[in-house]
Amino acid sequence: MFDLGKVNDRYLMIFFSIMVLAGPIILAPFGAGYPDLLQRFAIFGLFAIGFNILFGLTGYLSFGHAAFLGVGSYAAVWVFKLLTMNVIPALLLAVTVSGLFALAIGYVSLRRSGIYFSILTLAFAQMSYNLAYSVLTPITNGETGLQLTLEDPRILDAANDTGSLPSTNLFGLTMNSTAKFEILGMTFQFNVGFYFCALILILGFYLALRIFRSPFGLMLRAVKTNQTRMNYTGLNTRPYTLAAFVISGMYAGVAGGLMAITDPLAGAERMQWTASGEVVLMTILGGAGTLIGPVLGAGFIKYFENIFSKINDNVLHGWFAFLPDGLEDVVVGVLHFFVGKGWHLTLGIVFMLVVIFLPGGLIEGANRIIRRVLARKDKSNTTVSAPAE
Amino acid sequence: MDAILLQILNGLDKGSAYALIALGLTLIFGTLGVVNFAHGAVFMIGAFCAVTLQKLLKSYVVIVDPTKTDFLGNPLKVKVPYVEMWFGEAAGQAIINWTVPLAILFAIPIMLIVGYVMERGLIKHFYKRPHADQILVTFGLAIVLQEIIKAFYGANPIPTPAPDAFSGSFDFGVLLGFAENTIIYPLWRLIYFLFSALIIGMVFSFLQFTTFGMVVRAGMADRETVGLLGINIDRRFTLMFGIAAAVAGLAGVMYTPINPPNYHMGMDFLVLSFVVVVVGGMGSLPGAVLAGFLLGILESFASMNEVKTILPGIDQIIIYLVAIAVLLTRPRGLMGRAGMMED
Amino acid sequence: MSFLEIKGVNKRFGGLQALDDVNLNVEEGTIHAIIGPNGAGKSTLLNCFIGKLMPDSGTVTFDGQSLLGLKPWQINQAGVSRVFQTPEIFSDLSVLENVMIPCFARRDGMFRLNAVTPTETETDIREKAEQMLIDVRMEDKLHMQASSLSRGDKRRLEMAMCLSQDPKLLLLDEPTAGMARADTNNTIDLLAELQSKRQITKVIIEHDMHVVFSLAQRISVLAQGHVIVEDEPANIKGHPKVKEAYLGGAH
Repeated sequence: MFDLGKVNDRYLMIFFSIMVLAGPIILAPFGAGYPDLLQRFAIFGLFAIGFNILFGLTGYLSFGHAAFLGVGSYAAVWVFKLLTMNVIPALLLAVTVSGLFALAIGYVSLRRSGIYFSILTLAFAQMSYNLAYSVLTPITNGETGLQLTLEDPRILDAANDTGSLPSTNLFGLTMNSTAKFEILGMTFQFNVGFYFCALILILGFYLALRIFRSPFGLMLRAVKTNQTRMNYTGLNTRPYTLAAFVISGMYAGVAGGLMAITDPLAGAERMQWTASGEVVLMTILGGAGTLIGPVLGAGFIKYFENIFSKINDNVLHGWFAFLPDGLEDVVVGVLHFFVGKGWHLTLGIVFMLVVIFLPGGLIEGANRIIRRVLARKDKSNTTVSAPAE
Repeated sequence: MDAILLQILNGLDKGSAYALIALGLTLIFGTLGVVNFAHGAVFMIGAFCAVTLQKLLKSYVVIVDPTKTDFLGNPLKVKVPYVEMWFGEAAGQAIINWTVPLAILFAIPIMLIVGYVMERGLIKHFYKRPHADQILVTFGLAIVLQEIIKAFYGANPIPTPAPDAFSGSFDFGVLLGFAENTIIYPLWRLIYFLFSALIIGMVFSFLQFTTFGMVVRAGMADRETVGLLGINIDRRFTLMFGIAAAVAGLAGVMYTPINPPNYHMGMDFLVLSFVVVVVGGMGSLPGAVLAGFLLGILESFASMNEVKTILPGIDQIIIYLVAIAVLLTRPRGLMGRAGMMED
Repeated sequence: MSFLEIKGVNKRFGGLQALDDVNLNVEEGTIHAIIGPNGAGKSTLLNCFIGKLMPDSGTVTFDGQSLLGLKPWQINQAGVSRVFQTPEIFSDLSVLENVMIPCFARRDGMFRLNAVTPTETETDIREKAEQMLIDVRMEDKLHMQASSLSRGDKRRLEMAMCLSQDPKLLLLDEPTAGMARADTNNTIDLLAELQSKRQITKVIIEHDMHVVFSLAQRISVLAQGHVIVEDEPANIKGHPKVKEAYLGGAH
């Protein structure tokens, strides 16, 4: 079983990398091949992978992970303002700061478990959000959000005399440069920023894979299933959960850093508890505790958010033009609530359905279908072979 | 002295709202063992009952008034609300003016139904599932409810004024022997506090003095034993859910003149109400009420300028700070029982 | 000095004197049973040396080290393992993983961030766990999920988890509570067999006399918070004080 797992993991890793790197090609026919959306896939995928290390493995449901995302963003933008537009220092600072922040919050919150833990993390995140909006305005620039200006020192960079804001870069390779190819009437866009995010995502996925398969990951799963036995086994659960919390906070920090890298501004709304709720949705929707689930969930939500918010009544009328007029209006009138600005309603309903009927998320759904198909195959085999005997 | 009194009074109305929502939350948790993240949405639905009633009462027909003419000499078209047509102009206007109090009557049956449907349709299936699942599904429900309201009423706050009779304010200072105009308190906030106190009193006496309440209290203490006595505890708990919904709904109805309702008011209050429940102690009714008022008043003190200059930003975070401190030092909250939800 | 020494332990809950000056000595390598009627204070006593309760006075010394005030994991690290009334296992994990976890705890201590080495390369741990499962005759169930085991197998698994740590002292809290006769006998056989393979000091809390007399080399009888008799099994049977405790002192 272990050997099989090993082979599987290698294929999983290769498959995952190919899918991510070929994203601009694969998703172009679905209208999702443009850099902005692809970057969001990668960033939220990373965020969800990190959240899953905490929630999926240890079962601790944090409702405050967006705080780490926000802190990562602020840290990165400050590096862009003060030091350099190179993305590496920004990312490093984002990881460090969010890691330290997670260490402090986790140290306190993990003294409690269950719902109390959820509420503690929620309280910390709301506190950070409120402070970012009010007292910490010198650091966060309040409601406007932290932005780059021409007057920023950027002491490591050459003087900027172009009169326009510099863009983020990796040793000169600017993040927003895109190569466009037109093939068979389709546009394929290969964006540097996306590939940077994609590499980090693959790295993050690989690390998560290693954690899942390591003794440390085993201990985290043990914490989830039976804390009492864990304690009487001579293992101290606190350092394990704290390490998981900090690691997942650092993932969130990287995601926040990447957000700032692809679009150099940071706002407090990234820290709001609804943003924390979003990563919970992604992870559950994809399948908490599975490796690929959270990425899938993040992609699913971001993709359909993009599609649904673009649909308006005109589009709907176009789709249902074949219906008789009265019926068409009724159908469009009903669907109107679920598309465009109503996307969150659809998301809420989908999420409820998943929690009620598919607690294992999309991955469990896929597994069920595969099992059913296999079972049917078996059955048809036996029915075919039965008369022959 | 007068400044302190003023802050206490200012904290009362928010504290009342916290207390009423937290009361329902803890009632649901104590009886059903369910963590209900959708309870804030119930509060919001209550507020929108008032909005809906206001809309209904103001629905009008356009008729031509032959006695008036516009500047061109044509007969003027005027909008006449149905209520004015049916009950006469003065009575009709009075009815519209008294929308919010009337909405209480309108909201009670609606909230009971909302509670009943929520419990029977959804929550019932989650009694045996882990708390994390309960949080998640009710969180989803809260999103759905708030988005439905947003789809129908838009994203902007909708003003729902109090009756003119209560729109003034009340000079508390004179009553207590201070100088005039030192402690001015809007009348409606006073009404809100008194109303909350009444509701809280009703809930408590209901639980204290009726057989039904006795069974519910016994069930909160030890559900299995009460079940063994042959009492159908589930049916009663369903009704309890309805009552909790009605309490939150009424809190919402009466809150509308204080803050015009919008679709996210439920979520805003939910987070704070949870904090209130935790501070008061999960499953403790007096704890929820006490903590609600305490935190409301504390928040009001923290927003005094004198305090803010010493500790900038404290008004934004005081409630969370208190919650964190309470959770760490006294995980059961102020009045909670041991062993509640500790895993 | 005894291996496990309980000296003058008192515990009071409100008006109830749950433990009244309890003294107990467990010798190394023996199976020592603590019996007594319901409410005699057996569980309270056990909780006093696993870090769940703090006695009002008295000492609990194990192998020269005081156990009082230690956390459960510290007590385990000192060499005490515990079997629960209802088997406490990691039900979401496989049988093999269940046993590997205590092996890691024995080797790595209470925490180690070994997050990048794959579990399957830890061959020493795996071999040890597999050997342990062979010892309890569960080698054919290595990859089953623990929650799908039968009750008897869960008990075996828990025993394997505890023994894989090579504990110096094994505490068994009513290991046959709620079991059918056949399961009880199986458990007795398993314990006897394991005792013949490795001489681990065991303390058994039990009220099933059959279990106690089949296994124990020494028995302490607890009644109303006191140890009323401590002796060999042969002398306990028919001891007047024991009879009185079990049949009730109401004359």
